[in-house]
Amino acid sequence: MSAARPPEGARHRSLQGEGTPVSTAPGAGAPVNGPLLQVEDLVKHFERPRSLTRRLAGEKASVVHAVNGVSLALERGETLGLIGESGCGKSTLGRAILRLVEPSAGRVVFDGQCLQGLGARQMAGMRARMQIIFQDPYASLNPRKSIREIVSLPLQLHGGLKPADITQRVQAILARVGFRGDQIDLYPHQFSGGQRQRIGIARALVSRPELVVCDEPVSALDVSIKAQILELLGELKAEFNLTYLFVSHDIAAVGHIADRIAVMYLGEIVEIGPTSQIIHAPQHPYTRALLSAVPRLFPEAGRTRVVLRGDLPSPVHPPRGCKFHTRCPVAMDSCSTQAPALLATGEDARHRVACWRSTPHD
Amino acid sequence: MHSTPGCNNPAMHAHAASSTTPTQPVLRIRGLCTEFPTPRGPLPAVQDLSLDVPAGECVGVVGESGSGKSVAFASVLGLVRAPGRVTGGQVWLDGIDLRTLDEAAMRRVRGKQIAMTLQDALTALNPSLTVGQQLVEVILAHDDDVSRLPWWQRQRRARTRALEMMALVGIPTPGTRLQDYPHQFSGGMRQRIMIAIALACKPRLLIADEPTTALDVTIQAQVLELIASLRQALGMSVVLITHDLGVVAERCDRVVVMYAGQVVESGTTAQVIGAPRHPYTRALLRATPRVEDLAQAVQPIAGTVPDMVDFPAQCHFMARCPQRQDACRTRIPLEFAPGTHQARCVLAPGEGT
Repeated sequence: MSAARPPEGARHRSLQGEGTPVSTAPGAGAPVNGPLLQVEDLVKHFERPRSLTRRLAGEKASVVHAVNGVSLALERGETLGLIGESGCGKSTLGRAILRLVEPSAGRVVFDGQCLQGLGARQMAGMRARMQIIFQDPYASLNPRKSIREIVSLPLQLHGGLKPADITQRVQAILARVGFRGDQIDLYPHQFSGGQRQRIGIARALVSRPELVVCDEPVSALDVSIKAQILELLGELKAEFNLTYLFVSHDIAAVGHIADRIAVMYLGEIVEIGPTSQIIHAPQHPYTRALLSAVPRLFPEAGRTRVVLRGDLPSPVHPPRGCKFHTRCPVAMDSCSTQAPALLATGEDARHRVACWRSTPHD
Repeated sequence: MHSTPGCNNPAMHAHAASSTTPTQPVLRIRGLCTEFPTPRGPLPAVQDLSLDVPAGECVGVVGESGSGKSVAFASVLGLVRAPGRVTGGQVWLDGIDLRTLDEAAMRRVRGKQIAMTLQDALTALNPSLTVGQQLVEVILAHDDDVSRLPWWQRQRRARTRALEMMALVGIPTPGTRLQDYPHQFSGGMRQRIMIAIALACKPRLLIADEPTTALDVTIQAQVLELIASLRQALGMSVVLITHDLGVVAERCDRVVVMYAGQVVESGTTAQVIGAPRHPYTRALLRATPRVEDLAQAVQPIAGTVPDMVDFPAQCHFMARCPQRQDACRTRIPLEFAPGTHQARCVLAPGEGT
């Protein structure tokens, strides 16, 4: 089976704009046709700690602008890839959506229900439906617990199951991701990196979630293992009818698994659209630079490579106006004063770009 | 053999045997073997490794973790720590057999003639010294121009050289950044500093061990571009150890593919990537996600790398190979012939290209 492509039926998308308001009344009948996840103007700022004397002296806190007003929507059964350089806020966005870090502003609507109003207990119930797979298969598993204990913990937390049912579900999911029955009481250090990532996947899927945030799930893996995990994620998505938010800086891997791709730069989405359009016809100069930097097996003659100057600017003091203008090869004077909005570029309303060059503003 | 676009040394022709090669390769490795003892018996991490690094060329060494590519070059530099040991083979650098050198002579070779950058720049750099101190240390230890000076001038001259190197690798405001500690730099900048330290004494050969693995694609492009431009400016040879076939395809003249301690295929980049002969190379290419061809499904390689302790004398890739046959159950030899396209496989065509 191909590693990445979901069944055709799962790929339909509603033409709703992503800013469409959604009922927030908790407990209201969940709209079956609405997007599974809707993120509106999500902001996450981290305040750097100051000493007491500095606070008393009235010194202003320095604030890391990790996520700056991100809006997006995920349809059921869709995979949205989130790409960008390290430090652009893509992992923070994934965690803020699940409230693993508390967002500073904005809201997240999951299956018609706004997560921001929920108390700790209600949120815990929601967590069974939205799970995360972490990047580092070495750091994300407790070395003192057997894989049976690791994978059954979500079921124990989310409650309501008899021990026999828990055992049965844990065994079923571990068998599905490729473990033999006699391996279930072994410990994480007895497995290789790829196998550990499978344990992380089993842990995420055992509570039968609808949304899974994959936070760089293949970045720490070798080529052949990476392909195995990508294939497994693709199969599981079809089998369990999952929706993925696939966060990664590995653009080729995202290109193979995602239906749509969002490109982040300094806490903002600069371009979002269907995978083939982002990969083959990128509009934003940052997306172009990012794609031209991806190494290819058969480099075309005459390919112009846009090598960006410098590193990502500090998210403590992000540039004014368009945040990319300091490194942009086609920046104009106006780019440094006013920030462009994320607007549709061509006839396809799903492909939107935040750039003064490619969209006719006003 | 056709001259390939990536190959910038037209003197290397297929018919030129090693003895008649007009220009001697900078680095010549023949039959290198390295072992680590384990409680269950010796683990052969590198087995019978042979390769040439011609002057001015960039050779890519590709393989997954555990294929022995890093251990092989640690062996070249005499950096394998006990209880691991090099059990056989020869390594010549410009005609000098490195394995016969004593520790003091070897130390002069390292840093001065061969330099190596390590994958993880944060752990490779000393966190308690400024990058300026670390650069000056290397220059004082190895740079002849500096050691010829009277002692009271050396420190100042070394500092000037350090400043030049920081500017060469593209670090903005090098004067002030010399006083910074490694943690104050970003990942890409740290990798640049490692390269600056490696190149401070203008080595003949740079061994770059996964220089860009932990970096973003944009920074990866900057660092690879930097290595390529310095290679031209200083006329040095480069060995690029990586697991990314795309990096090899774009940056290397020749490729050596390693699997489970052995070289399984070697040739020019166009030969190995364009017309691979070993089933492992083909499987690796199919498992690599490619942005230019999204319709092409990514195909994983079934199975895992074998445990090499007590491994029988047979093809190492056999258990995972779709084309395995009975003939694979014997030792598969690979007689190294410089400048040819070779594969360690019973199905591969014989000598020549």
